[in-house]
Amino acid sequence: MIPHTAPSALTVSAMTRRFDVSAPWLNRVIERKPRLFVRAVDDVSFEVPKGGCLSLVGESGCGKSTVARLVTGLYAPSEGSIAFAPGPDGRPLSVQMIFQDPYASLNPRWRVFDIIAEPLRELKLRETEVEIADRVAELLKTVGLTASDGRKFPHEFSGGQRQRISIARALASEPDFLVCDEPTSALDVSVQAQILNLMRRLQDEMGLTYLFISHDMSVVRHMSDQIAVMYLGRIVEQAPTEVLFAHPRHPYTQLLLETIPNVTAPRRDREPQAGEVPSPLKPPSGCTFHPRCPQSDSRCSAERPEMTTMPDGSRVACHRVEEMMARMA
Amino acid sequence: MTEQPTLDVRNLRVEFPGRHGTVTALDDVSLTIRPGEILGVVGESGAGKSMTGLAVQRLLEPPGHIAGGEVWLNGRRIDQLPEPQMEKIRGREIGAIFQDPLTSLNPLFSVGRQLVETIRLHSDLSKPAARARAVDLLAEVGIPAPAERVDHFPHQFSGGMRQRVVIALALAARPRLVIADEPTTALDVSIQAQITALLRKLCKDHGTAVMLVTHDMGVIAETADRVAVMYAGRLVEIGPVAEVVARPSHPYTRGLMGSIPTLGARVPRLAQIDGAMPRLDAIPTGCAFNPRCPLVQDRCRRDRPDLRPMGAGLAACWIDPAAAATETAA
Ligand SMILES: Nc1ncnc2c1ncn2[C@@H]1O[C@H](COP(=O)(O)OP(=O)(O)OP(=O)(O)O)[C@@H](O)[C@H]1O
Ligand SMILES: Nc1ncnc2c1ncn2[C@@H]1O[C@H](COP(=O)(O)OP(=O)(O)OP(=O)(O)O)[C@@H](O)[C@H]1O
Ligand SMILES: [Mg+2]
Ligand SMILES: [Mg+2]
Repeated sequence: MIPHTAPSALTVSAMTRRFDVSAPWLNRVIERKPRLFVRAVDDVSFEVPKGGCLSLVGESGCGKSTVARLVTGLYAPSEGSIAFAPGPDGRPLSVQMIFQDPYASLNPRWRVFDIIAEPLRELKLRETEVEIADRVAELLKTVGLTASDGRKFPHEFSGGQRQRISIARALASEPDFLVCDEPTSALDVSVQAQILNLMRRLQDEMGLTYLFISHDMSVVRHMSDQIAVMYLGRIVEQAPTEVLFAHPRHPYTQLLLETIPNVTAPRRDREPQAGEVPSPLKPPSGCTFHPRCPQSDSRCSAERPEMTTMPDGSRVACHRVEEMMARMA
Repeated sequence: MTEQPTLDVRNLRVEFPGRHGTVTALDDVSLTIRPGEILGVVGESGAGKSMTGLAVQRLLEPPGHIAGGEVWLNGRRIDQLPEPQMEKIRGREIGAIFQDPLTSLNPLFSVGRQLVETIRLHSDLSKPAARARAVDLLAEVGIPAPAERVDHFPHQFSGGMRQRVVIALALAARPRLVIADEPTTALDVSIQAQITALLRKLCKDHGTAVMLVTHDMGVIAETADRVAVMYAGRLVEIGPVAEVVARPSHPYTRGLMGSIPTLGARVPRLAQIDGAMPRLDAIPTGCAFNPRCPLVQDRCRRDRPDLRPMGAGLAACWIDPAAAATETAA
């Protein structure tokens, strides 16, 4: 576990990203449609300590991949800032990303060997072709494939095998900071275990820092020191991993932990969660979770809650939690 | 049971001829799915799960082809049907959710247009009625503000939303058989619960048969009626889901259950089945799992085991499960 005092590798402050999803101009005029924006990420702040792992969790569409793309520079923030600490040699930390969609991120016309060798050549990490070939073979083996798989094209692999190719490519450039967007979602549990063990080992041996995204809470628990729970573009709770699982405070976090499918005690009668998932196109007023929250009152629909910091290190944006803290003080 | 299965796959074999010889991607796979039943398919990455779904739909990428066995859909043999007839079956009788949501969506058209086209291809609804149905379908798979979202393009959706659009497309024609390849892998738990509840409802209300491919054993345990376990292109175990999860017969299935990360305390290292699945062009003789099997015996290296009754289902293993249980306990 990384102590809180570790210097941060990444500091994100008040970051917001909007997307214009308006209908074309002519339709807007004819059908009298207003301009439409999605606030995919809304005023998000967090830090990732060096050598640590922060995970982002939350419902589909809450903005996790957008945060990942902002951090890696694929999108520019509409507001706010993103700052990486300088690396050991004074240069900025090198950042790599494993994409949610492994198919889309692999060039279908390149052989797997060249896909993985590209960063080695580009960054001149290996001198000779022999060294490059050795390194590619080593990386393929690391992710559970074989050197001869390098001769094939991406379409000749299964879903999980392609995901492993994209992991091998990300590792090829020897990054300091790895953004992983659902890196193991297409993997069966035994290969997933191998990859997660590998990622933990790289963290221990090379001090790699992770921003990790997964919807699988058991994977998140295994990987992270800190977890940030997102809801409709905002962070509603952030806490050290064990604190979050032991005392989920935000009603949304509680709901999230309750919904996890369970192998040992499956609930086959499970009804879909009550309350409609709101749209980021028309976010509810006040606390955006209030229409689905069992504890909401009039204050929640009127006023947006601020972050309350708890003694055990968790931060929660919820009026109920804030009121409880106020009573105790 | 005399009820006719919706899908009946018998001794299916798929081969990929190549420069360095022929690779057998599926070897002697047999399974049935009855109306209203959900069959879960699990197994290691590359085991042939997607391949099984593709072969049933005859969507194998050439030079891959069905080299043996039969596929029956609602009492009709379909593995030899001419392509034009097969085309009619796809979409109308078999709805497919592919593992890769992006390849099923055209980036140039709004999702509404794609849904309306699919709906009208398989029904005689008018354009406005098809559009209304498209909005309903988006709502059914949990897309918020479906009336606005229907006009958006695939890249404007999040990964999980795109996946749900693909699910909506597959269900558009109310097919009798749904082949769902990792339909919920990109989805968070609450949407996942919504999708699996929707699949279960389809089965109950319309007698739809579902082949659910996923590596998430939690989803299988909560959704499927029976589960089939694949390894290196072969079926190693099939049986009622509660039994297979609680009392797996095949040593591979037991290893699979052991590597699931639990929500209990964080462990320094997850259990993993050591070694890797053999390459398809180098499958060992005898049982394909034998090099990794903790219980391996001479016979396993020599003869290939067939599926035989074990526990409440079938498993392809030479070792007596009772003896094996005491050995693992020891
Ligand atoms: N076009 C192809 N040419 C040659 N081999 C292929 C081709 N497509 C798939 N394969 C091989 O067939 C095997 C089975 O692939 P399949 O896609 O069915 O795996 P899967 O069980 O769905 O795995 P995953 O969980 O990773 O999606 C894999 O070993 C793969 O490498
Ligand atoms: N390029 C874009 N243009 C318009 N809207 C976008 C774009 N990218 C994302 N969005 C919207 O921003 C919101 C957040 O999307 P994002 O992909 O970050 O979600 P996510 O949390 O990664 O979800 P998932 O778990 O489904 O992958 C969604 O409402 C999505 O429709
Ligand atoms: Mg995403
Ligand atoms: Mg697959």
